[in-house]
Amino acid sequence: MRGPGFLEQLEHALPGAVSGSRLDALDPWIEVNPERVVDVCRWLREKSEVRFDALECITAIDWFEPDPKKAAKVTWQPHTELVYHLWSTASRVSIVLKVKLPRWKGDVPGQLPEVASVSGVWRGANWHEREVYDLSGVMFTGHPDLRRILCPEDWEGYPLRKDYEQPVEYHGIRGR
Amino acid sequence: MAQLIDDDPRIIEFDVRTDEMLVNMGPQHPSTHGVLRLVLRTDGEIVSEVEPHIGYLHRCAEKIGENLTARQWIPYTDRMDYLAAMNMNLGWSLAVEKLMQYQVSERARHLRVLIAEMGRIASHLVGMGAYGLDLGTFSPFLYAFREREKILDLFEEACGARLTYSYITVGGLTADLPPGWLRKCEEFLDQFEPVIQEYHALLTTNAIFVKRTAAIGVMSPELAIEYGCSGPVLRGSGVDQDMRRDGESIYTAMYDGYAFEVAVMKNGHYPRDHAYPPVPSDTVIGDCWHRFFVRMLEVVQSMDLVRQAIDRYSACKGPLGEPVKLTEKIPAGDAYLETECPKGQMGFYLVSDGSAIPWRVRARSSSFSNLAVTHELCRGCLIADVPAIVGSLDIVMGEIDR
Repeated sequence: MRGPGFLEQLEHALPGAVSGSRLDALDPWIEVNPERVVDVCRWLREKSEVRFDALECITAIDWFEPDPKKAAKVTWQPHTELVYHLWSTASRVSIVLKVKLPRWKGDVPGQLPEVASVSGVWRGANWHEREVYDLSGVMFTGHPDLRRILCPEDWEGYPLRKDYEQPVEYHGIRGR
Repeated sequence: MAQLIDDDPRIIEFDVRTDEMLVNMGPQHPSTHGVLRLVLRTDGEIVSEVEPHIGYLHRCAEKIGENLTARQWIPYTDRMDYLAAMNMNLGWSLAVEKLMQYQVSERARHLRVLIAEMGRIASHLVGMGAYGLDLGTFSPFLYAFREREKILDLFEEACGARLTYSYITVGGLTADLPPGWLRKCEEFLDQFEPVIQEYHALLTTNAIFVKRTAAIGVMSPELAIEYGCSGPVLRGSGVDQDMRRDGESIYTAMYDGYAFEVAVMKNGHYPRDHAYPPVPSDTVIGDCWHRFFVRMLEVVQSMDLVRQAIDRYSACKGPLGEPVKLTEKIPAGDAYLETECPKGQMGFYLVSDGSAIPWRVRARSSSFSNLAVTHELCRGCLIADVPAIVGSLDIVMGEIDR
């Protein structure tokens, strides 16, 4: 199962890949180094005792407070967090992976943060990663076909970022 | 592959190579279940590649959720899977309740089961009727909508709406059932039970229907799992998984004490299969026919659950309880919960910073994952099989595009 032994096995197999964990949370989660995401996912799917054979969902959370007054009070540094929800069909347990990325690559606005694609591990990740790229602006390196999926191809900006501003006009349609 | 083509009598142009052609299906094609555009790369009648284009119904409901309180977002969940809005309300409510560690009253719990299973029947009726329409038969659609209409009438009486209910909400339900509702519901079930045989005669055992669906779009269990398929699509491939039994305790506790068997083929048999027409010999597990048949079995299963829920609900004398305040604060943290909706496993993810308005909401759509597998299923099929395959996935675009 997912007990304490699980984390030790993972750390033994992939030293340095896990940077934090809470296995007693509502949804037990482990935090993974951005460079090791694919290794950890492959291990969870193919090597671990509980085979996490299904990727349910990828979510990007934008930790950024656009209001300077409120931003002074928050306890976290601005960053983008990727959350992977995995599920094991045989053992019927789930695990959550969290990956912390900078909001912009090298803190240069406009340069999307990068993380390796897991579409080679689960083919189903393809569309989920396209959606995250489309709405939250995360670049998945090694993705076979990274394009916008829900918004039109010529859409500007990433709507689920907290500092997103709706366009004034889009092809003659009033935006706001 | 070459062997397969040689053996297939349908392929008459085997050595006549025609020019490749790009064919657009949709976005307003009637058999695409909403605004879905499929671009087919075809060689004569044979499809070599399918690419779905989605997003025509995109409203960025997740962004809207970051500006509303948890209870205010309930009407937006209605508009995701608008054919099973009750189940959507339930999924989001349970996810919020999971984070709040909130427990609804016993009476509300049974009423939720009752309503959610009625919603499942209504959704599967549309899935079945529209599937007939995809394959060129009009009557099953009318037969299915005739019965669905009665369910909508019942829902209207309970909550005032016929499509976007917002009935199940965080902390319970917005209102109790009106007097006499349970009797009407039982009357409906008694009248509906024999009608199911009609559907079996019209579609399940219909020779043309079987020819159009048997051994078409075969999905292996491994493929289904890898793509995150769920619901009848997954069970049609023979994977024994149903969140009502296998899900998290907050959801399975709702079905505690209810007797039901997951509609999946085990050892070559469906549960209680003596009561249904035999499985045609030319079908293969994982094909369009099996996905359709699992839905038909679930209609009967849901009727059973509704009957059990009626008994338990009427035996419950306690109060229904009030839903939480509209501006109820949610404890800081995050929670993800998947529920078994008619289309598959619908997941809601909620991140809260401790205020009434969630920091981030996320809807994991089952139809989204189910549709993502289309290009694998349609490779090498005939153009006429594309609507048969897409229809058998029973997708709803409101949920995919959100």
